[in-house]
Amino acid sequence: MRVLLFGRLGDLAGWRQRSFDPAPVSLAALKALLAGEDGALGAALRGPGVQAAVDKTIVRGEVALAGADEVAFLPPMSGG
Amino acid sequence: MIRLSTEPFEPGAELTAFCAGRTESGAVASFVGIARADAGQTTALELEAYPGFTEVEIGRTAETASERFSLHDVLIVHRHGQIAPGEPIVLVATAAAHRREAFEACDYLMDYLKSRAPFWKKEHGPAGARWVEPTARDLDDIARWD
Repeated sequence: MRVLLFGRLGDLAGWRQRSFDPAPVSLAALKALLAGEDGALGAALRGPGVQAAVDKTIVRGEVALAGADEVAFLPPMSGG
Repeated sequence: MIRLSTEPFEPGAELTAFCAGRTESGAVASFVGIARADAGQTTALELEAYPGFTEVEIGRTAETASERFSLHDVLIVHRHGQIAPGEPIVLVATAAAHRREAFEACDYLMDYLKSRAPFWKKEHGPAGARWVEPTARDLDDIARWD
């Protein structure tokens, strides 16, 4: 499973894409794994306005990751 | 049509093509966003997109706008990657039967793009680089339409 970090999250972690095999079973497990490796990233992922997308669909709350290919963490967005 | 581009685009040519052949749309409104130098404080903009997600999300909002404002057509061209001051970042063009719907839809789509479209914007300048997040004003602007 691929994990993608966008915007300031990628700068903070020092990576923008990584593979995890086996895939964590849930979004909570993935966040716990990342927080265990990097406390600052863990805190940022729980910060205000950070959303998660599983296979390019925004998810809210807790979700299982069985069968998921890609999880992306999206900080507050700004275009234009 | 929604298009993301890492290369500069020419808003005039895009708008000419968008207007061509319209015999039923009495109104086309457009907006061009240009990268500001901020008196030398910004030397480059870097926009990150999420390919395969960003276009789909923008397309969904373009469909919402089409229904809400009875549009005949929408064009959104948005840069990502490195952008120099003076270069266009975004073009929004809307076609409708009458001007009010075209103007309002253009305004709505720009408010959406500033604070809810999946882009992440970094300003580079002499003092270093910083990620830009929506301002209080950007959030007030989009809240006008909720």
